[in-house]
Amino acid sequence: MSVELKNVTKLSGAETHIYETNLRLEEGEFNILLGTTLSGKTTLLRLMAGLEKPSMGEVWFNGEDVTGVPVQKRNLSMVYQQFINYPNMSVYENIASPLRVARTPAAEIKQRVDKVAELLKLGPMLKRMPNELSGGQQQRTAMARALVKDAGLVLLDEPLANLDYKLREELREELPKLFKESGATVVYATTEPIEALLLGGHTTTLHEGNVTQHGATAEIYRKPHDLLSAQVFSDPPINTAKVTKKKEWFFLSDKVRWLADDRYANLEDGVYTVGFRPHHINLMAKHDQTVTVQGSVVITEISGSESVVHIDVDGDTWVSLSHGIHRLEAGDEAELYIQTDRCLYFDEALRLIGD
Amino acid sequence: MIDKTTNQKAWFLVAPVVVLVAFNALIPLMTVVNYSVQETFGDNIFFWEGVKWFEQVLHSERFHDSLLRQLSFTSIILLIEVPLGVAVALSMPKKGPWVSVCLVLMALPLLIPWNVVGAMWNIFALPDIGLLGRMINGIGFDYNFTQQPTAAWFTVILMDVWHWTSLVTLLAYAGLCSIPDAYYQAARIDGASSWSVFRYIQLPKMKRVLTIAILLRFMDSFMIYTEPFVLTGGGPGNSTTFLSIDLVKIALGQFDLGPAAAMSLIYFLIILLLSWVFYTLMMRNEEQ
Repeated sequence: MSVELKNVTKLSGAETHIYETNLRLEEGEFNILLGTTLSGKTTLLRLMAGLEKPSMGEVWFNGEDVTGVPVQKRNLSMVYQQFINYPNMSVYENIASPLRVARTPAAEIKQRVDKVAELLKLGPMLKRMPNELSGGQQQRTAMARALVKDAGLVLLDEPLANLDYKLREELREELPKLFKESGATVVYATTEPIEALLLGGHTTTLHEGNVTQHGATAEIYRKPHDLLSAQVFSDPPINTAKVTKKKEWFFLSDKVRWLADDRYANLEDGVYTVGFRPHHINLMAKHDQTVTVQGSVVITEISGSESVVHIDVDGDTWVSLSHGIHRLEAGDEAELYIQTDRCLYFDEALRLIGD
Repeated sequence: MIDKTTNQKAWFLVAPVVVLVAFNALIPLMTVVNYSVQETFGDNIFFWEGVKWFEQVLHSERFHDSLLRQLSFTSIILLIEVPLGVAVALSMPKKGPWVSVCLVLMALPLLIPWNVVGAMWNIFALPDIGLLGRMINGIGFDYNFTQQPTAAWFTVILMDVWHWTSLVTLLAYAGLCSIPDAYYQAARIDGASSWSVFRYIQLPKMKRVLTIAILLRFMDSFMIYTEPFVLTGGGPGNSTTFLSIDLVKIALGQFDLGPAAAMSLIYFLIILLLSWVFYTLMMRNEEQ
């Protein structure tokens, strides 16, 4: 089903949890809510589910106002960060529970549970109790409960956050396929930009209760509307600095400058904010469109095949990400290369220029 | 054969515990065992009697009667206090300023010394000057707990429920508070009824603490002495003479040390056995 939030606001006491939000999620899409902790992801999910009522505004499903419709009549299902299953029911009974509430005939229950269990590789576990399962299997059971209902809308609130790395990767790969087949509209809340990129679909970036941008995931990553969206969608965080445009040049400092490319030919002279992602500032020059900056190393984090170097350049601390292992000690002087063709420029209001 | 070095020094490490346990449990218990198999006429002169006292106690009608009273009392208060305690816990607020108010109110009865509880209820229930006694008589029931066995039982049970339901409530409440909110949300999304929420979420999650609550209430109520002793003194007649009251009557009233010691041991074994049965039954359910 399609989901629409119209001028939705959520207040709690004197605090605003969600500022006025307009959002439309199309039927059958995989949508990602991306934002840090406390950015309002869970509140948005709860508003869609009907677990909370908006202070102002309306929630529409399939072109119908459902703001006043209670949760159990909204035909949706939800999966949580914690593994929520009925503790004294077997896996089979757990998966069957929404169908039993809906008084589905026994034969149909059996058939649907078996099908979903197979899909989620729970076949051999059906007779076990939830506390006899691993975390991954418990979460699969919870997901099976969400899937078996044939709900039009599935809400997933950081479902992989409590799983270990390997399982997370595995489930992350399966998830879009699983839900694609079911035809349900999916809303998936996560704090991890990488997860959003891997899952694809559409992304909504959230910052402190504000929806900053909504659109196709790759599009948002490549062209964030404003600096906030770019910051939400960058891990390690995006680097920023002030640049001054004079004629055809951008000046980072007196010594460091580069030629503005055609897109910015008509940009007025003045001070702008430049943003460049960590993997666009490297320890090795990648191609010709780079400028060199000097700085002293603050800390180096080496993860297998990549090195993340935090570096102090004229008082600003930047994060750079380079392939290969670079053992730089704190205090070392280093030369870094910024790929200027990948830079994003923001105006005074921190909106993207050349959008 | 492998040569083992014997190092007896380890015994020194357990010695303090052995001494402690000996003084607080083994030596007093052995004194009782000592009395239970001998006859004494004072002056530290003992005669060996074997299992005579045990046979006497087990065949005495008086012991059967108090045991039956004790079992009825414990079953009645368990049947009342456990469901009532859970019900109160369910209706307590989960957050907000009222939580602490409720918790303090609940804990109050538990903080009152047992003999004070007995004295309080004695005065409270007196038919002529007590608030409760006057009230019951006022609405038309003939009520006098010092003369009617039924009224005495009613009062003792009411007192115990008042004194100890809080314990079950507090334990059950702790169990309820440990359930993440997401469980309730999930149930709401499923459209589960409040009975299903209780049956499939709250009850299973409270199981462990309820096991402890039932065990504690069983053991405590089976050993109850002070409160009924102060309230009714075991009367009228023998109607509220529970096992421990009877035991004290035999030991200190009649000074029959042999039978009293034998009865103590039987009493102890009954509690041990029943506790074990309770525990095993409840834990076996847990494993299934």
